[in-house]
Amino acid sequence: MADASVVRAAPRQYAWIALMWIRAALAYPASFWTLTVAGAIITGLDFVGIAIMFTTIDTLGDFGLREIALLYGATGVALGLADMAIGSVEQIGHHVRTGSLDTMLTRPVPLLVQVCADRFALRRLGRISQSAVVLAWAAVPIDWTPARVAVTLMMLVAGLGIFFAFFVAFSCIQFWTADASELANAFTYGGNTMTQYPLTVFPREVVLSLTFLLPVAFVNWYPSLYVLGREDPFGMPSWFAFLSPAVALALLALAALAWRTGVRHYTSTGS
Amino acid sequence: MLYVAVATRTFRRYSTYVGATVAGIFTNSVFGVIYSFAYLALWDQRPDAGGYDGSDAVTYVWIGQALLMTVAVWGGGTTDDLAERIRTGDVAIDLYRPVGMMGWYLAGDLGRAAYHLLTRGIGPTVLAWLLFDQFDFPGSVQAALGFVLSLVLAVVTSFAIRWLVACSAFWLLDQSGLRMMAGALALFFSGMALPLVIFPEPWRTIALALPWASYLQTPADIWLGKREGLDLLAALAQQGVWIAVLLGLGQLVLRSATRKVVVQGG
Repeated sequence: MADASVVRAAPRQYAWIALMWIRAALAYPASFWTLTVAGAIITGLDFVGIAIMFTTIDTLGDFGLREIALLYGATGVALGLADMAIGSVEQIGHHVRTGSLDTMLTRPVPLLVQVCADRFALRRLGRISQSAVVLAWAAVPIDWTPARVAVTLMMLVAGLGIFFAFFVAFSCIQFWTADASELANAFTYGGNTMTQYPLTVFPREVVLSLTFLLPVAFVNWYPSLYVLGREDPFGMPSWFAFLSPAVALALLALAALAWRTGVRHYTSTGS
Repeated sequence: MLYVAVATRTFRRYSTYVGATVAGIFTNSVFGVIYSFAYLALWDQRPDAGGYDGSDAVTYVWIGQALLMTVAVWGGGTTDDLAERIRTGDVAIDLYRPVGMMGWYLAGDLGRAAYHLLTRGIGPTVLAWLLFDQFDFPGSVQAALGFVLSLVLAVVTSFAIRWLVACSAFWLLDQSGLRMMAGALALFFSGMALPLVIFPEPWRTIALALPWASYLQTPADIWLGKREGLDLLAALAQQGVWIAVLLGLGQLVLRSATRKVVVQGG
C-alpha cells in the first residue's frame, strides 16, 4: 500500500491543502493577525512568568535565567513547528463524530496527510517566532563551537520529531473514545511546559520516567546540557545528548504503528 | 424557576461528554504536578516569597487547576454559544424571548461552572491531596465559606468579561481574535501563570486591583487564610464592585448593539 509514489506525492498534497487553508485564514486578515499576535503573547507570557520568578531568585533548580531560556526556546520552537505542521490531528475525534473521516477515506490522498493539513494554522508562526526570539537571547553568551551548533540543530529537529510522534500517537486514542481530544494535550503541551523548566526541579524518579518511559527529556534537556557545557545533575552519561534523533525515530515508528492500528479499528458512525 | 431550569439544562449538556471530562482531569493534573515542583523549587530558594510558604504555593497551584475550567479563564462557556449565534444570526431568537438575555446566558454559564467544579475542580483536588503532603484544605469554616462565595463571584466576573468579548461579534462578526487576546490577559492577570502576590511592585498592586484578580488570586487567598475578617469582606466587596461595573457595561453594549446593528441575515 505504501509504495514509493504515494510517499513521494504526500508532501505536495499536504502543501496544496495547507495553502488552501492559509488563503482561507487570510480572508479575515484582522482575525488572522490578532490570532497570530495573541498566540505569541500567550506563550510569551509564560516566559515573562519565569522571568518574574527571577526577580526574587537567582537560580531555579540551580539554573540561571539564560540557561532556562535555552530550554524554553528549544522546546517552544520544536512544539510550535510540530503543532503547526500536524497539530490538527487532534481533531481526529471530531472527524469521527461528524463522519467527515468517511469522506476523507474516499479521497486519493493519504488519510494522515488530510487530517494533519486540515485547518492548517499559519498563525502558529506567532508562537514559533516568540520562542525563537527567546532561543536567540539564550544563545548570546554561549561559547559556540561547530559541535554545539550541530547539537543545537539536531535538538530542534529531534524535538520536532518527538512532539510530532506525541501528537499522532496520543490522538489515536480518539479512534476509541471520540471526545478525548484533551488527553493528547497532557503529553504535547504538558511535555512542553515540563521541559521549559530545568529537570532539576523534579524528583529523580520523575526525571527517570521522562528519560526511559516517556522520553520528553530528549526534546531539549540532554542536548542542552551539552550545549551549555554542564555536567548531568542526575549522573546520566554525557552521550545521552546525541541520542535524541534515535529516540525521535523510535517514537515516530511507534506513532505510525498506533495510527495504523487506529485506522484499522475505525468503523464509521454509519449515518 | 426559569433560570434554574436553564442552569440545570446546561449542566446536563456539558455532562454528556464523559471522555472529554476524564481526559481534562488528567491534563489538569499533569499541569498541576509540573507547576507544583517548579514552585517548590522557587520557594525552596525564597521560603517567604509573596508572603506564601511552600505549602501555600502548592495549594495555590491546585486551586488554580481546579478553577481553570470552572472560571473559564481561557474563555468558553455559554458566551461562546452567544458569539456563534450572533455570527449566524440566531441571536434574533434570543432577543425576542420574553426574558432578559443576559440573565439567560448567565444562568446557563453558572450551570456549566457547577459541572466543571464538580468534575474538573474536584478531580485534580483529590489527586493533589493524595500526592502532595503540602496540599492543605481551608483551615477554618470562615475560609471555606468565603472561598465558595468568592468562587461564585469569580465565575460571574469572568462571565461579564466574556460577555463583552462575545458582544464584539455584533460588530466584528468573528470574536476569535479578541477572545484569544482576552484569554491571554486573563491567564496572566488572574495569577494563573504566576501568583500575583510575587509580582514585583508596582505590578503587584496594579494586578491585584484589576478584575482578573477575582478569577484565582482572591479566592485562593481566602482559601489559604491570607484574607480574614474585615479583609475577607473587603475582598468580596472588591469582586462585587467589578461585577456591577462589568455587567452594567455589558447591558449598555447589548443595548447599543441591538439598536445599531442589523442582525445577520434579516
